[in-house]
Amino acid sequence: MSQINLGTYAQNTWCPGCGNFAILSAIKMALTELNSEGLPLENIVLVSGIGCHAKIVDYLNVNSFYSIHGRVVPVAEGIKLANSSVKVIGFAGDGDAYGEGLEHLIFAAKRNIDITMIIHNNRVYGLTTGQYTPTSPLGFKGRSTPEGTKESPINPLELMLASGASFLARGTSRHTELLKDIFKKAILHKGFSLVDILQVCFTYFNLYEYYDKRVYNLENHNPKDYSQALNKIREWDYNADSPIALGLLYEKDAPSFEERFITPDQKSVNRDLKIEEFLKSSI
Amino acid sequence: MNDFSVLIGGKAGFGIDKASNVIGRILNQTGRRVYIYRDYPSLIRGGHTFSIIRSSKNKVSTHLNKVEYILALNQDTFNLHKDKLSNSSVIIYDSDSVKLEGLSPEIKTLAVPVTRIIKEENVSEIMGNTCIIGAFIKACGIEWKVLESVFGKEFVKDMDSNLKVALRGYNEASELIKLEPFSENSLPLLTGNQALSLGLVKGGLKTFIAYPMTPTSPILHFLAEHADYFNLKVIHPESEIGVILMALGFSYMGEKVAVGTSGGGFCLMTEGLSFAGMGELPIVIIVGQRPGPSTGLPTYSAQTELHFVLNAGQGEFTRFIVAPGDLEETYFWSAWAMNLSSKYQIPSIILTDKNLGEGTFNFDAGSLPEIKEEMPVSWNRESPYKRYQNTESGVSPLALVPTKDAIIKVNSYEHDEFGLTTEEPNQTVLMQDKRLRKEKYLSRELDNFETVKVYGNINSSTSLLCWGSNKGVCVELAERLGLKVIQPVVLCPFPTRKFQDAVKGTKKLICVESNATGQLALLIKMFGFDVNEQVLKYDGRPFSLDELEKRIEGIVK
Repeated sequence: MSQINLGTYAQNTWCPGCGNFAILSAIKMALTELNSEGLPLENIVLVSGIGCHAKIVDYLNVNSFYSIHGRVVPVAEGIKLANSSVKVIGFAGDGDAYGEGLEHLIFAAKRNIDITMIIHNNRVYGLTTGQYTPTSPLGFKGRSTPEGTKESPINPLELMLASGASFLARGTSRHTELLKDIFKKAILHKGFSLVDILQVCFTYFNLYEYYDKRVYNLENHNPKDYSQALNKIREWDYNADSPIALGLLYEKDAPSFEERFITPDQKSVNRDLKIEEFLKSSI
Repeated sequence: MNDFSVLIGGKAGFGIDKASNVIGRILNQTGRRVYIYRDYPSLIRGGHTFSIIRSSKNKVSTHLNKVEYILALNQDTFNLHKDKLSNSSVIIYDSDSVKLEGLSPEIKTLAVPVTRIIKEENVSEIMGNTCIIGAFIKACGIEWKVLESVFGKEFVKDMDSNLKVALRGYNEASELIKLEPFSENSLPLLTGNQALSLGLVKGGLKTFIAYPMTPTSPILHFLAEHADYFNLKVIHPESEIGVILMALGFSYMGEKVAVGTSGGGFCLMTEGLSFAGMGELPIVIIVGQRPGPSTGLPTYSAQTELHFVLNAGQGEFTRFIVAPGDLEETYFWSAWAMNLSSKYQIPSIILTDKNLGEGTFNFDAGSLPEIKEEMPVSWNRESPYKRYQNTESGVSPLALVPTKDAIIKVNSYEHDEFGLTTEEPNQTVLMQDKRLRKEKYLSRELDNFETVKVYGNINSSTSLLCWGSNKGVCVELAERLGLKVIQPVVLCPFPTRKFQDAVKGTKKLICVESNATGQLALLIKMFGFDVNEQVLKYDGRPFSLDELEKRIEGIVK
């Protein structure tokens, strides 16, 4: 495999022990492999939101769109609809994707638009120094909820399944090799794909040990079977203690939005003549 | 009759809007100029809806308090508008449902049993509108074949029933006045929203994205309906936030893109607007004004968002704002909003309103200078690609995804020339200066345009100052009273020098605006100009010519 340099001159400012390093390594490995398998790097666009996760686009020497908080998805959709031959990979945090920008995520899944969303789900706001997120467990004590949260987390994968996503997977920031494989599959999947990564925030919510005790790799699981997928997705509700499945949970073949969306042939119309013709008909 | 007006009214669902289009087109085809004002409440069925169709030998774009014809399909139309009749007026009415109580005996009446005809012909209630149109054209001596030709264009289905019902109305009526046709060539009749859409297409629009909101939804509808015709992508996403961010995705890819909304939707777009400023992403945003605050009067008109669009979005960045006052300006400046946005990589805002957007006017494309689509500066491949290369004009050459050897990085954080995040103080100043420098070059280019217009008696020392849709009423009144009119069309960057030239010799400057606080007066004050008087109207309705005349006369005397 040819070695390509995917790094930039930006100084990495993630905390030591941050789970984002594993995601960065895994995406570098995935892009390198995809490139050697024939995907030109210039055909890839990375989109990120705002938060610790989002710095990833500064650390990758690939086309990128460093968006605003909660707004990774609509940007990614716009890029895909502008040129469907481009691979669009969105990175978002759990606050970004499941909080402020949730409406976009649901609609993108509903449309089954061919973009890949990689969620750095550390279940805490890091960059704003430790508040609860939509996936923090009930009773989480953050700086905005010192007495503990009074609301249960959402199960984002269950929500995405209900919304029409056609590829759902889970990884953690401990298992780089697994992440790389999932990333490659998600990027190559035609339709909306989402990878929820239990990424550990070493500073504000260190769950390394918690996850180590509970995660297991999916085996003998048929991701094409909706009810099997639903069962596995419901096995852990992001709150109660239970086994946490890693790997490809759900996958289906379905038409994607950009396929159904008629893309006009921009060359074939003389617009000046069309305007003139329209004006004539408006007398 | 050279100049006359027709008011047609009924419940929402009676097809009043359609009927006003048909009447407008019929009059247009007799070589007259036409203006249609539409008044409708925010509901789907019921309520009171009316349109005023004014027709004249010369172009008109304002309505009058008096009308020569009322076509009343229900009692409300008579009750609410009978004071608009004068002794030379005619009322044509559904004699089965309207009682003309308290009507001056001088006024001519024409009874048409509309409800009975609808029943006898066994057609839908909505065709009452075509029945009364039939009676109207007979009453003013317009040939039947003109109606036939307009029906052919306006009615896709039920053409035969419509013609049959119209003929019944025609036969019930008698000729009261003979309208002599004018020999002028007929001009296209368009709404402001249609002219705006065509202007965007002319300026190279490839993608239009919007979430429905009055009064700009008709742009979304028109472009969606004509997506194949003009080769466009038209998308209606989940929210206005989705709209603008999706548009910025298109913009990043080099597609010329516009979005449409009103004040409330624009509130949701402001974070994206600021990003367009920081990311240097071209985008055209149409803001159709209506009375606020908040939901306000959704189906009426206002000029309340001038300072909102001037100041919207956090931080300081270059933007272009234009407020066209008629169809020709709307078409021309919509195309140029696309061009300037693309050339300077900035957001352009087109400020319109319900009166201009949903009003119907004659459009004279022949009166406009040629418009060419402008293309952005491209990367020359001589040095490694930097999305935010610092140049003299502040505009960085573009490479678009996918380009081999070019890494294209856009960033909402302050960034270096390559597009990587920076918090370094010198770099911050360098990039802020780069972005703001574009305004100087944009202003310089705008010197070649008529950014401030002057009409009427240019030697008058009394001037009416107006912007946007008040142009029509101000110009007609100024011509009548011998006053001068000054209309800034571009509002940002403010054309200070041209404005100074325009106000030269003015002793009394009267600012006419459709808002409660005098937003244009406030703006020009920032540039050292004072108005002497303000004429403000903020009930959601446009000034009629007579109404404005009364208020101006009070000041001028």
